[in-house]
Amino acid sequence: MSFDIGDGIDSAVNYILDNFSPTLDFIAASIGFVTSGLQSGLLGIPMPLGIAIFVLLALWRVSFGFAVFAGLALSLVGQMGLWAAMMETLSLVIASTLIAMVIGLPLGVAMARRDSVAAIIRPGLDLMQTMPAFVYLIPAAMFFGLGAVPGTIATVIFSMPPVVRLTNLGIRQVHVEFVEAGNAFGCTPTQLLLKVQLPNAMPSIMAGINQTIMLSLSMVVIASMIGAGGLGNTVLTGIQRLDVGTGFEGGLAVVILAVILDRLTQSLGKKGASWRLPFAKFGLREPEAKAA
Amino acid sequence: MAFTTEHENGTSEGSTKIRLKDVYKIFGEHTEDALELLRSGKSKTEIHGATGCSIGVNNASFDIRAGEIFVIMGLSGSGKSTLLRLLNRLIEPTSGSIEIDGHDITKMSRKALIELRRRDISMVFQSFALLPNRTVLNNAAFGLEVAGVGEAERKAKAMAALKAVGLDGYSDSRPDELSGGMKQRVGLARALASEPSILLMDEAFSALDPLIRTEMQDELVRLQSEQSRTIVFVSHDLDEAMRIGDRICIMQNGNVVQVGTPDEIVGNPANDYVRSFFRNVDVSQVFKAGDVARKTQITIIDRQGVSAAAALEQKTSRDREFAIIVGRDMKYHGMVSQASLMEKIRSKAEDPYHKAFLADAAPILASEQLSSVLGQVAASAWPVPVVDDQDRYIGAISKSALLETLDRAN
Repeated sequence: MSFDIGDGIDSAVNYILDNFSPTLDFIAASIGFVTSGLQSGLLGIPMPLGIAIFVLLALWRVSFGFAVFAGLALSLVGQMGLWAAMMETLSLVIASTLIAMVIGLPLGVAMARRDSVAAIIRPGLDLMQTMPAFVYLIPAAMFFGLGAVPGTIATVIFSMPPVVRLTNLGIRQVHVEFVEAGNAFGCTPTQLLLKVQLPNAMPSIMAGINQTIMLSLSMVVIASMIGAGGLGNTVLTGIQRLDVGTGFEGGLAVVILAVILDRLTQSLGKKGASWRLPFAKFGLREPEAKAA
Repeated sequence: MAFTTEHENGTSEGSTKIRLKDVYKIFGEHTEDALELLRSGKSKTEIHGATGCSIGVNNASFDIRAGEIFVIMGLSGSGKSTLLRLLNRLIEPTSGSIEIDGHDITKMSRKALIELRRRDISMVFQSFALLPNRTVLNNAAFGLEVAGVGEAERKAKAMAALKAVGLDGYSDSRPDELSGGMKQRVGLARALASEPSILLMDEAFSALDPLIRTEMQDELVRLQSEQSRTIVFVSHDLDEAMRIGDRICIMQNGNVVQVGTPDEIVGNPANDYVRSFFRNVDVSQVFKAGDVARKTQITIIDRQGVSAAAALEQKTSRDREFAIIVGRDMKYHGMVSQASLMEKIRSKAEDPYHKAFLADAAPILASEQLSSVLGQVAASAWPVPVVDDQDRYIGAISKSALLETLDRAN
């Protein structure tokens, strides 16, 4: 006996198209609202102001040196004429990361709470991560047409697993005595989650969000094949015209955006830039002085 | 009790606060079967073999009186921490009843249990368990916060608790800025803030260095003299138990072996295990050879076809001078030294193991009193192998292990 998995998937996709198009339209509209809102918001910021914002963020969260790098690198992007494309890409990354978090964090929490849920979700995550990214583009385009919306959806699917996995892992790795203390002082399960587990799982969850952002950045470029726009378009144009220069420029802008996003998100949940600490130290008490 | 004073929470001093009756805790999957086997008198090992379950607490029944410091003592693995966690159901008992102020907590709903933990019972942990993302004040206020007490009130109460433990100047510090002793003061303040009538303390001072530990014990006794609570204190340290305990409960392998005042326990220990906790007791009379034997020596299984040279290699790589040769059934065959084995291998002797056996390495029986084998271990140039009554190897006693055992007890 032989059967064709591909045929099965085809007819499933067709079935969804025939019967659920109002739902699909609703999803498309809500995602479109988020992405286009973000996009027009970011594109509305003039380039000098945008660069200034990034530099200040880098100065506050990372270090002086990194702020200098960010300023120079972003000016270079502006010089290459790719600022608008980069903002488009950034809006797609932000939109898909937000959606991935909204779906992924509760999934991770559910996995941490019950082994059975974890056992069901884990193979799904494996599939989402290992399936070649291009494969998502086809049904996404069929369901939602071309443009930023299917691009966002394909990106969400591809980039969501890390935040789910690391939320699960982070909660499970919370020290058993913290959980015992929470229970011993009369936490309800929700209080335990919000007051004990999530705060202590934060470093791991932030690492997951960072990974999700990085993955979505790589996927957003691929999603330009279904018209998601942004820097991916520049790279795609370079490929189609065999124009090495254009392709390289697009690629360089992606790398710059990636480095800046990576460093900025890694700094979330940590204390501020270390060069500020010498000043902060004056405000600290000396705990050992009064030690018993 | 000759006299009783009315306490503010309604229970009079000296009356029963917590009553445990036939309490069992069995860890594992088929606890019903294990419980039945346990009640029919099977041993821990037999039950583990038959059901895979392990016994945490075996048939504990005793009363804890209002206002006393009740110390649960035992070696690690004796079930004392498990027993403590049964009292607020952090661990669910398998069977039996635990009454607090006359209410059986094992039958309480989840909701009532949460209420009980918020109002009546709090806990102090060995490794402090302070939440690192909160300030000292917010840690101290944690119990009140989850109980839904308003911000102003809980901060005032937490501040008062911090003051009581002498940390009122540190309310804005983070736990990682404090020393160990100070951290545990915060742990204590957190437990006191909700003014519970019962305080559970799980090896609360064991992680502190000796000077600070004594200071914290005094602090606890002082707090207790100011406002009397029922304190259940788990410890493995006899000095601590004697210093702070009104009564002591001694646990061994999940069994409660004796409950009494320090004087009663010293004066009339229930068994040798209890006796072994005390100083000036001749432990060589208490321990058997099997209790001291350690498997630190390498054992080599005598198999045909496995070259003795390979065994020697294994032995040298783990830096052990001696190795014990056993059969596949773990029966003791003999002991070899590096030198004796090497010599036989060099001379290509048939069956090098047996030729290399050290002539005077006679094994001793595990059931022998330690006192009767002291001489043999002391005189022997190598660790003395110990076998059980079926001739199976269970370990060896080295001079250092022996001295350590004697020293620990005296």
